[in-house]
Amino acid sequence: MIERPGEYSLRAPAAAHHDHGHEHGESEATSTTVFGFWVYLMSDCVLFGTLFAVYAVLAPNTAGGPTPGELFELPFVLTETFLLLFSSVTFGYGMLAARAGRRRATLLWLAVTFAFGAGFLGMELHEFGKFVAEGAGPQRSAFLSGFFGLVGTHGIHVAAGLAWIVAMMAQVVLYGFEEAVLRRLMCLSLFWHFLDVVWICVFTIVYLLGVLNHA
Amino acid sequence: MTRPKRNWLRHLAFAGAAVALLGGCDFALLDPRGEIGVQNRALIVSSTLWMLVVVLPVIVMALLFPWWFRAGRQAKYTPDWESEQRLEAVVWGIPFVIVTFMAVGAWTSTHELDPKRPIESDHPPIKVEVVALDWKWLFVYPELGIASVNEMAMPVNVPVAFSVTSDSVMNSFFIPRLGSQIYAMAGMTNRLHLIADKSGEYPGISANYSGRGFSGMRFTARAMPQEGFDAWVAAVRASGRGLDWESYAALAAPSESHPVEHYASVVPGFYESLIDKYRAGTGPGAPHRAPHGGHPVETKE
Amino acid sequence: MFGKLTLDAIPFHDPIIMGAGAGVMLGGLALAALVTRLGRWRWLWTEYITSVDHKKIGIMYIVLALVMLLRGFADAVMMRTHQMIAVGENTGYLPPEHYDQVFTAHGVIMIFFVAMPFVAGLTNLIVPLQIGARDVAYPFLNSLSFWLTASGAALVNVSLVVGEFAKTGWAAYPPLSGIAYSPDVGVDYYIWSLQIAGLGSLLTGVNFFVTILRMRAPGMKLMEMPIFTWSALCTNVLIIAAFPILTVTLALLGMDRYLDAHFFTNDLGGSQMMYVNLFWAWGHPEVYILILPAFGIFSEVTATFSEKRLFGYRFMVWALVGITVLSFVVWLHHFFTMGAGANVNAFFGISTMFIAIPTGVKVFNWLFTMYRGRLHFTPPLLWTIGFIVTFAIGGMTGVLLAMPGADFVLHNSLFLVAHFHNVIIGGALFGYLAGLNYWFPKAFGFTLDERLGKASFWCWLVGFYIAFMPLYALGLMGMTRRLNHIADPAWQPWLIAASVGTAIIGLGVVLTVVQLVVSIRNRAQRLDLTGDPWNGRTLEWSMASPPPFYNFARIPEVYGIDSWNASKARGEQISPPADYADIHMPRNTAVGFVISGFLTAFGFAMVWHIWWLAIAGALGAVASFVWRAFDRDVDYMVPAAEVRRIEEAHLVRAGGEAR
Repeated sequence: MIERPGEYSLRAPAAAHHDHGHEHGESEATSTTVFGFWVYLMSDCVLFGTLFAVYAVLAPNTAGGPTPGELFELPFVLTETFLLLFSSVTFGYGMLAARAGRRRATLLWLAVTFAFGAGFLGMELHEFGKFVAEGAGPQRSAFLSGFFGLVGTHGIHVAAGLAWIVAMMAQVVLYGFEEAVLRRLMCLSLFWHFLDVVWICVFTIVYLLGVLNHA
Repeated sequence: MTRPKRNWLRHLAFAGAAVALLGGCDFALLDPRGEIGVQNRALIVSSTLWMLVVVLPVIVMALLFPWWFRAGRQAKYTPDWESEQRLEAVVWGIPFVIVTFMAVGAWTSTHELDPKRPIESDHPPIKVEVVALDWKWLFVYPELGIASVNEMAMPVNVPVAFSVTSDSVMNSFFIPRLGSQIYAMAGMTNRLHLIADKSGEYPGISANYSGRGFSGMRFTARAMPQEGFDAWVAAVRASGRGLDWESYAALAAPSESHPVEHYASVVPGFYESLIDKYRAGTGPGAPHRAPHGGHPVETKE
Repeated sequence: MFGKLTLDAIPFHDPIIMGAGAGVMLGGLALAALVTRLGRWRWLWTEYITSVDHKKIGIMYIVLALVMLLRGFADAVMMRTHQMIAVGENTGYLPPEHYDQVFTAHGVIMIFFVAMPFVAGLTNLIVPLQIGARDVAYPFLNSLSFWLTASGAALVNVSLVVGEFAKTGWAAYPPLSGIAYSPDVGVDYYIWSLQIAGLGSLLTGVNFFVTILRMRAPGMKLMEMPIFTWSALCTNVLIIAAFPILTVTLALLGMDRYLDAHFFTNDLGGSQMMYVNLFWAWGHPEVYILILPAFGIFSEVTATFSEKRLFGYRFMVWALVGITVLSFVVWLHHFFTMGAGANVNAFFGISTMFIAIPTGVKVFNWLFTMYRGRLHFTPPLLWTIGFIVTFAIGGMTGVLLAMPGADFVLHNSLFLVAHFHNVIIGGALFGYLAGLNYWFPKAFGFTLDERLGKASFWCWLVGFYIAFMPLYALGLMGMTRRLNHIADPAWQPWLIAASVGTAIIGLGVVLTVVQLVVSIRNRAQRLDLTGDPWNGRTLEWSMASPPPFYNFARIPEVYGIDSWNASKARGEQISPPADYADIHMPRNTAVGFVISGFLTAFGFAMVWHIWWLAIAGALGAVASFVWRAFDRDVDYMVPAAEVRRIEEAHLVRAGGEAR
């Protein structure tokens, strides 16, 4: 652990390959970006973790308003869930196509993913609209505030993901599979699967447990 | 912090307080008038002394080393000396020992000073319900059926069991001379036990900023012998007015540096209603379950 | 059309605010006139505003921090003088609705717009140089981070003149900060300025975490990183893990205010206690985000000016890591008086005390670094010694406050105020100022005036003690914080003493500014051509000052700690490389600046409910970002010949100096 002074030094590098090692070789740039995006997702994890904690604290506080059991329709939410799960699968096919350099297939799979994602978001918005119309908006009780806060944040993420998919389709059309486009597709892929995982938690903790505990 | 030790610490604390008083200043926390405050002070003094064991040498070294080893003075110079096991053991060991020792003290003292813990005494405690309002304190004596604003009285050497809530924003209920404070928050009750062992008028404050009238949110805690307390209660009873929901609505409206007020009677279940209304899901404003405009009910002694 | 915004929002009747606003505007105009006269607009635009160079961004952060320090200090002066006057019959000169904004703004500005930019600035300036990197991992995001921070600061300053700032205290506890008790726009300014600046901080955290882990020079192992880089790494871990909590907390408070939600309200099931928990779950790590980089600076400064290796490097690192971990399990000590059970309070009290162990180890290791060294009493070292003494006292009162039984009477008192100023001024700020004096020549190529630097230090140090020791005493007398009016006349002498101390600190602030101005004016005599004015030990001193925009012509290889010192010992420092290669660099971009402009408009519009502008601002920000994603001309190559020309010019200058 402890070096003596003679053992370490800063050498003026003689061999040229060292230079390239740090020259942001393209693959290194990609792995750095993907790693960084992963770190960002970890911070997003903290964000969702906080929202889950808030929801868990507030869920019992229905303040005389509707309870989870009265509000949630599991078949509807299950359909929603499957839409998002399918979209993850189709995104996976899209990534396979992209790696293989198949532009039309990639675009097709991205379009299908977008359709599933949009379907999910549409259903979620429909559910929100229904709750609000029934007088069960975020202003009704702390439980509903927590519900809209958590599920809404996930929805905003999905909406951002949809916009990103459109942007990436445009980039694939314009630039093909150049390094930067593939790198962004990899990040988007991480993002999309991450949202899927978060939704599984939402489905379990908010909907399933909600209906079980407050039926 | 253990019992036998507290005696000499108490003497030390008195000495400290005496020095402070000689300076002509009134260090409320070092000159407490009740058992809880005495324990708070003992903890402050003993912890400080323990820490000075490390802190003083550090300060001396921080001044001595640079001076002694200043460039130009031919002191010993070892540019690559960066590790020595014995020294490292000391460096970790001393803070560890002191902190561990203090941690033990923290554990016991935190339990002894738990605000929820009733004070042992020959006298049964008197109950006082405290409501923080914008910007004044309302005190309800449920057993006596009286209430007062910005003034409370207590007999000396009788424990007082406070239930503390707020019908507005968060405040902190604090009588520095008597010791520990506790937050006042709407929709819930916090408990605090205090006792006064000397007669006197002790200022009480809110120790948590609560808006524009915060500075004037002061009250007087009057500790007095039992006869004096009885007289105070009688005077309050003689004030004539009662605290019903109508007069409460007027009182609860924001006001600054509110004068002392007395209420000869209080509607029953007053304090509970204040808390329940936040639980019932109707929102702030008129208490949901309380009878509006009902006549204050006289309570027996 | 303009939402809630009307002309009434501008407090024309208030001479203090109008005077301050006019002063800021005149200052801005004077600055603009100066830039115009010098013909420097284009230079400002290309060299700074659109720069993605971490060194330029670092300088901009520090300038922002110093400017905001003046604003925050002005608030401090107003509070101290007002409290000194407003005793007994006298009501002082600040009515509550103004005074309450002043103490809120003071806290918010000092934490978010002085300390945070100072940390980010020094990290930006130095970390890539210390690890032998040419830039950070994401240069564009770095520029964006800075401009987001500046955007938040701009919103806070706008609130001075248009509308008002929050009147809640810097932690903005609900229900006071909720719409029912704070219907005005102050809290909205608070929310949006912190959200925008907080996004910048989060991006900085990710950026530097990745930079440090992925872009170190070959051979530099984690346990061989310079200690300031280590402190930056720990800081950025804290940012990544803690700032999302603040984002959520403020967003939920915003939902309460904008959508009538009930996260933290009194009624319908809201929980104010949850806000307090969430706020401090971010807030306590935040304290260490501020102090850890200062610890890193002190370590560098102590080793350099003792001409000695840092004592116990390994333990210094482990202490940093220990503090990082522990900082997440102590948040409840900010509210022992909330009524948690004795077990909970005791747990958090004890976990807090245990932070004193790694902190104590660090203090001892600094002392043993000085022991048998050769100490040079330069301003950075003076700041360090002043820090150790002051911080020892602040740490002691901190552990005292960690005792729940003591905190029950000291909570929210001026004792607490004295304590956290003791550690934030005597710890964090002293560190930043040491860092400023230490690294200034690296950034600009000339040193700062030492005499003025020392004079500034002594004013700060003496002023600090005179200003804050009386507050400890007042806390023991039972005086609580944030009082607009003082009932007990016995407290007045102490408050006057505190004001005197504040005036002395003010002299220190002025001297810091004078030091900068004088040094810049006399820079011709203060040039440092070697790039290594202090006989430094780490890689940032191995290059020209200011460093070339690409930092390293050749990426160095590193074997061990203090690699530059070791290499100097072997006489290797001025060996020009055999040949040079082309260097790949990112291009400047205005997108970060533009996005932040849109977000400033968005924040302002949200504050005043100007919905069309809010939508336009948000869309503009997103569109700019997307535009950036479609811009493929983002980098370029510096030809080897150009690198050779720059490097050889430096070697000639440095060599000339050596002769």
